[in-house]
Amino acid sequence: MSEHIVKSYEQELAILDSKISQMGGLAEQLVGEAFDALASHNPARARATVASDATIDLIHRELEEQVILMIARRQPLANDLRQVISVLKVAGELERVGDLAKNVAKRAQTVSGETHPKGLLTGLQHMTDLASRQLKDVLDAYAARDAERAIAVWHQDEKLDAVYNSVFRELLTYMMEDPRNIGLCTHLLFVAKNLERIGDHTTNIAETVNYMTRGALPEGERPKGDITSTTLVSGPMR
Amino acid sequence: MDMRPDPLIMMTTQTAQATVAAKPKIVARNVNVFYGEKHALKDVSVDIPERSVTSFIGPSGCGKSTFLRCINRMNDTVPSCRVEGTILIDGKDIYDPALDPVQLRARVGMVFQKPNPFPKSIYDNVAYGPRIHGLSRSKGELDQIVEASLRKASLWEEVKDRLTDSGTGLSGGQQQRLCIARTIAINPEIILMDEPCSALDPIATARIEELMEELRHNFTIVIVTHSMQQAARVSQQTAFFHLGHVVEVGETPQIFTNPTDKRTQDYITGRFG
Amino acid sequence: MTDLTAGGVNAPAIRRVEFDTEEAKARLRRRYRSEFRFKVYGFAALAVTTTFLLLLLSSIVSKGIPGFFQNVIVTDVLVDAGKIDPEGNGDAATLRAGDYTAIARAALAEAIPGIEGRQLKKELNGLLSSGAGDALREQVLADPSLVGQRVKTQLLLADEADVFLKDSSTTIRTIADTRGIATPTGTTGDVTIFVGANDFADDIAEVKAELKAKAAAIMEAIERRKARGAGPESLKDLEREAADLRIRYEAAATSETLDSKTPSRLVAINGGIVKVKEMTPTLVKGEVIIPLKSTADAAPGTWQIRVYEKPESNRNLNDRGLTFLEALKAKGLVENRFNWAFFTTGDSREAELAGIQGALVGSILTLLVTIGLCLPIGVLAAIYLEEFAPKNRMTELIEININNLAAVPSIVFGLLGLAVFLNFFNLPRSAPLVGGLVLALLVLPTIIIASRAALKSVPPSIREAALGVGASHQQAVFHHVLPLAMPGIMTGTIIGMAHALGETAPLLMIGMIAFIVDVPTSLTQAATVLPVQIFLWSDLPEPAFKMKTAAAIMVLLAVLFVMNGLAIWLRKKFERRW
Repeated sequence: MSEHIVKSYEQELAILDSKISQMGGLAEQLVGEAFDALASHNPARARATVASDATIDLIHRELEEQVILMIARRQPLANDLRQVISVLKVAGELERVGDLAKNVAKRAQTVSGETHPKGLLTGLQHMTDLASRQLKDVLDAYAARDAERAIAVWHQDEKLDAVYNSVFRELLTYMMEDPRNIGLCTHLLFVAKNLERIGDHTTNIAETVNYMTRGALPEGERPKGDITSTTLVSGPMR
Repeated sequence: MDMRPDPLIMMTTQTAQATVAAKPKIVARNVNVFYGEKHALKDVSVDIPERSVTSFIGPSGCGKSTFLRCINRMNDTVPSCRVEGTILIDGKDIYDPALDPVQLRARVGMVFQKPNPFPKSIYDNVAYGPRIHGLSRSKGELDQIVEASLRKASLWEEVKDRLTDSGTGLSGGQQQRLCIARTIAINPEIILMDEPCSALDPIATARIEELMEELRHNFTIVIVTHSMQQAARVSQQTAFFHLGHVVEVGETPQIFTNPTDKRTQDYITGRFG
Repeated sequence: MTDLTAGGVNAPAIRRVEFDTEEAKARLRRRYRSEFRFKVYGFAALAVTTTFLLLLLSSIVSKGIPGFFQNVIVTDVLVDAGKIDPEGNGDAATLRAGDYTAIARAALAEAIPGIEGRQLKKELNGLLSSGAGDALREQVLADPSLVGQRVKTQLLLADEADVFLKDSSTTIRTIADTRGIATPTGTTGDVTIFVGANDFADDIAEVKAELKAKAAAIMEAIERRKARGAGPESLKDLEREAADLRIRYEAAATSETLDSKTPSRLVAINGGIVKVKEMTPTLVKGEVIIPLKSTADAAPGTWQIRVYEKPESNRNLNDRGLTFLEALKAKGLVENRFNWAFFTTGDSREAELAGIQGALVGSILTLLVTIGLCLPIGVLAAIYLEEFAPKNRMTELIEININNLAAVPSIVFGLLGLAVFLNFFNLPRSAPLVGGLVLALLVLPTIIIASRAALKSVPPSIREAALGVGASHQQAVFHHVLPLAMPGIMTGTIIGMAHALGETAPLLMIGMIAFIVDVPTSLTQAATVLPVQIFLWSDLPEPAFKMKTAAAIMVLLAVLFVMNGLAIWLRKKFERRW
């Protein structure tokens, strides 16, 4: 890509990218730490995680301001326009990812006194790993302007949905087995849902990356594996 | 244009449909222009749809003005200029030796970069074209043509009380609108505009752009502009010229958000070095 | 950016304009000095130009102003029917043919009565112009009932008398405090006047002093010639003259003879005037110019001695004429009035009758022919060359030739006119038609060049605008470009016409230099033009014509100023800016 004649414009665009990668790094870290806090029953760590979401929000606001300013000053066109708009959208998604991770950490604080059934955490661990990897992949795709990789992430979300489906069923089963589990399991269900949502946001980012590099949205319907909204498990009491 | 539900096209459905529906008014095929030894235009082939605004963009000296001046054969006045290839308007070759270029120019009006009203009264400026072409049968008819033209150029309200004042006494923007009124007074099919706003301030520019938006329902407008934003605002179709070639022609939204050619992209994002 | 900040090995030191260093101050002073010098040079150049222009103008104006005025005798005359209409039929032809000069002469004789002798009468009548009766003739023709009555009229003076009145170089000294009683021996003819005291002793001393000075001047001249190696033979006459003079002034003789080379002395006594020919301290002998009333004794102080300081031989008006003129002036009959006739009459051999109307009309007719030919041909040629001619070698050649033609000496055009128009086409000589044709040739390049420049100065945007609304090239040129270029074309044309108006040389070649009295009324009649008239007059010896020359130059300059002013006014009024 040849350089802009106006050097400061080039620099501003570079700053946008670096801020996105900074924000992405933070979001990734937040997701991991939130789950670690949950798994290790460590409320202090969970509190620290909640607090660090503020940094993501701050960067998000900064990006928004800069994008508005650039639209006003540079009137970007073509790929520059797509980049600037994409930055705005990706930053929004990452901010949501941060919020979801913060929610996981909050729930980790709440349930830190309880003992989790072992199998449940394995499922959530798997989800966290998948979500984190997706996030990392899509951010790499963004940085490399790699639409192929972004589309791959987009397709991978199905896996996360599948794990979510099994975790969902598992939790329902636990709750049905023993009503005392309901409190804990509800929180864990939300944690699972949050992780699933993070996956959805990464697919959104992937779509944006694809738009940014190709000027078009991915072709076809996004493969969706989350069937929980249509799942109804009947109680064992019947 | 394929029929996939492309969101980009969804956004500009109306324009796209209009373009698809409109038949090309001007068809240029393999147009080559030489100024003496200089090869100014190379194999230019463009279709310009009817009743819409088509903008030509490109760096200085890329041939966009040259091509514009081929459409009304204004280049004939340059002795060293030679034009090859065909340009059809409504299927008729305008470089047909049997065709009188002066009559052609009455059908293909032109508005220039610098507002150039005749140093005569506002009325005479507008009435000049109809007079020499015998478009009015009486003084009353001529008055009507003048008023209608000034109204269409949204200048009537500003000048109706001083039609006998000199046209050169108006402000730059008013002068340019007077020039447009003068052009539409002879009721051309096509209006060529060669950087019509480059000498105007942003407000006057906005008025001209608004005017173009209205005029495009009745006229086929071709505009050469250096302002990418202006091209993006006023036109439905954009052609990018570079070094005498037409690099890319397309729907304006597509050209300005997702050009296919790297040269177009580099030019409109300010990356030409 | 990087180029500026990266201090390469050979990068020059970065210097800035300083205000306070000595070097900077010195440079500033140098700049101020050079700017001041330029201003001074410019001012000096302007001053020199202005001075020369003022000198020229003031010289012409001071010489020319008297040319616009004329001295006349205003008096009552008896329109004697016997002299103009003896048969009393009163028709215009008879009245026109009448001898008005005789009436004028009679009026003059009435004003200075008692002049006897053919010679004196001739001198008196010589004061009158040969056209002295013209004004009276006009009066009588306008009103035939004046015949037989006394009419107040103006009698034109001859140029010698007119010039004498305008020229102040002849001073008249009057010695009024005469000491003795003077007794003339007669009232007319040669008389002797005896004086009781030696009133003329001083005059004799003065005359001798003048003779001595003259002798000294002659001796000096002889010395100069000798120094230049002149032979003694050639100096003989001068030496004899000097010797004669020496004898006269060295002689203690009490009697002295006056001649035309010494200031004239006259005695005014008993109402008459006697010109002194010979004098002793107590007695003068002379001839009566204006008759004395009586031979009675004149008491001291009642008679006077008059000295005309400029010797008679240096004047155009002799002593008698001068005396008569002075007498008329003393009677209050002489009047100086504006010479309207200067503008309404043609040329004449008599300076007082010569006017410029012929030349003016000739100039106008000539210029009419010139402009009638030049303007259409020049403008059309300019339009074709500028707008329509293909830009090729042929056009270039024509352009270069037109530009060269503008620099061809005007006399060449005169020769061309002589060869082509007179000898080949057999057109009449001296005619405004031919003059106009020749001047048209002369001015045509100027007009073509000026018109092309004017056409070129019309911005191409106007042309494009016209073409853009579907006007043809020709329509664009004639509807838009030409009207806008017109002020420039008119300016060029007027300046060309002014050039033509002042042109003399080519007209000499086609015979417009002839002496032509009649005011021309057609293009083929013989005529002359203003500059040629000036040239003709400037060649004539009469001082009156010198004044007329300057006056005619003033008229020519005035016409030129008006034409140039018109050009400027046209340009200012119609000039448009883009």
